[in-house]
Amino acid sequence: MGVLEDLYQEALLLRYKSPKRRGTLPDATHTSGGKNPSCGDRVELFLKVNGDRIEAARFTGEGCAVSQASADLLAEAVEGKTIPEALELVRAFKAMVVEGKPPAPALGDLQILAGVAKLPSRVKCATLAWNALESALLGER
Amino acid sequence: MDPQVLRKDFPIFEAHPELVFLDSAASSQKPRAVLEALTRFYATRYANVHRGGYALSEAATEAYEDARKTLARFLGARDPREVVFVRNATEGVNLLAHALGGRVDPGDTILVTEMEHHANLVPWQQLAAHTGAQLKAVPVTEEGRLDLEAFDRLLAEGPKIVAFSHMSNVLGTVNPVAELAKKARAAGAVVVVDGAQAAPHLPLNVAELGADFYVTSGHKMLGPTGASALWGRLELWQELPPFLTGGGMIEEVTLEESRFAEPPARFEAGTPPFAEAVALAEAARYLENAGREAVFAHDQALVRRALAKLKEVPGLKLLGPEGPDRGGVVSFYFPGLHAHDLATFLAERGIAVRSGHHCAQPLHRKLGAPATTRASFYLYNTEDDVDRLAEALIEARRFFDAWIA
Ligand SMILES: Cc1ncc(COP(=O)(O)O)c(C=O)c1O
Repeated sequence: MGVLEDLYQEALLLRYKSPKRRGTLPDATHTSGGKNPSCGDRVELFLKVNGDRIEAARFTGEGCAVSQASADLLAEAVEGKTIPEALELVRAFKAMVVEGKPPAPALGDLQILAGVAKLPSRVKCATLAWNALESALLGER
Repeated sequence: MDPQVLRKDFPIFEAHPELVFLDSAASSQKPRAVLEALTRFYATRYANVHRGGYALSEAATEAYEDARKTLARFLGARDPREVVFVRNATEGVNLLAHALGGRVDPGDTILVTEMEHHANLVPWQQLAAHTGAQLKAVPVTEEGRLDLEAFDRLLAEGPKIVAFSHMSNVLGTVNPVAELAKKARAAGAVVVVDGAQAAPHLPLNVAELGADFYVTSGHKMLGPTGASALWGRLELWQELPPFLTGGGMIEEVTLEESRFAEPPARFEAGTPPFAEAVALAEAARYLENAGREAVFAHDQALVRRALAKLKEVPGLKLLGPEGPDRGGVVSFYFPGLHAHDLATFLAERGIAVRSGHHCAQPLHRKLGAPATTRASFYLYNTEDDVDRLAEALIEARRFFDAWIA
């Protein structure tokens, strides 16, 4: 049972039910979407980038707690970061949920998703928004 | 039929004694007899069919054609030539959508239903798009049955093709196929029935059912992946052009043109999945021996038990009708909790269920449930499996209390 309790904590619930960054950005400079066609999970990211810095980030979408909370946490975490810093965060996040490495301190609140690493079938839920972020920043729009 | 005894025929339950496998609607487990038929064929009778002038190739060809006869009997076909082997149900529908394409003109209607699996929807959508025809769908009622009045109204528009499932993979609804087929044929339509969920579970007689084509899925009926029987009326097969072309399906080829073989060969281009077809025939025999009425009665008993128990789980919403037209599938959700999160909880309890839209997005949209979790039953499932599901759902209700709306 440990795995379930690890993941489905109050913090994840709050993120899922009361997201902080859900919405669109009318003045977005970068948008990118991701889908898991097999299950219907969907995320769209909106970024406002000024020079090298992400000034604002929002997301919309629907799906499971893991995919949606992950997108919300991502949007909050990348605000104020430079593009290289955001890409570094993508690497740190994937190291945690894909490879099961101990969470880097820089991940902050994102550590509530660490439990996903023990649920292989849910990794794609957690990484959905992160893949979208990568393609937005690396220009595959 | 005793599932406890039958279970011993399925090696997967030896490898995973604690597994509660409730995902047979996606693909069934395989009895030892089927696995052995496959390896025995490869080990002792294997050579390409219809080609070599040597004994081994003849033996393989004979086994393949025997498999066709067995599947014809299993489906209730009058003539083995009515059975075409394809890879899966999806390929079956695509074959039909292409072969029937020439009969569809701009402005024609193709009629499907809202409860279709994408396999029996997207190929018709594509055909409509390519021909300028219109695709219409028979609505599903709140209880999860087809709206038969709407069906009659839509039939009056004179659709060229009417395609619907025998049993829904989400709702478990068993549609009144004979009635629908009779009306649709009387209205001049070609009737295609998607029997992917029905053929594994229900007694079947396609000759009496009255449809023109009946699609099945071998891997859902105890067979290996890669071979499925597609039934059609011989006179229709004889009129239709091929889908895939190449070797194996021709009578005569010159550099300029080709004459196609008679059915079923016309529809089996390239090396067919003959070893898999031989194993599929073994699966058909296994189901015949278990008793097809008995299999369906068992599914229905389990789904009745499941519905009774799951209704007691506070807040759990159940899809699909109740009654004799309900097969062994139950889809459910807790409002506010996503289907994946619930499926993960069940998976941690050793219960294998599927979550998502089950390749029926329009149906989920219609029912206002973006995703559901689905349990499906088969001959190797026991009352204990159902009880463990029900208990786990009660625990899930407690565990996710703050989540559920
Ligand atoms: C009703 C129905 N039709 C078609 C299919 C597709 O079957 P296959 O995997 O054999 O293509 C399925 C299986 O998921 C199904 O449930």
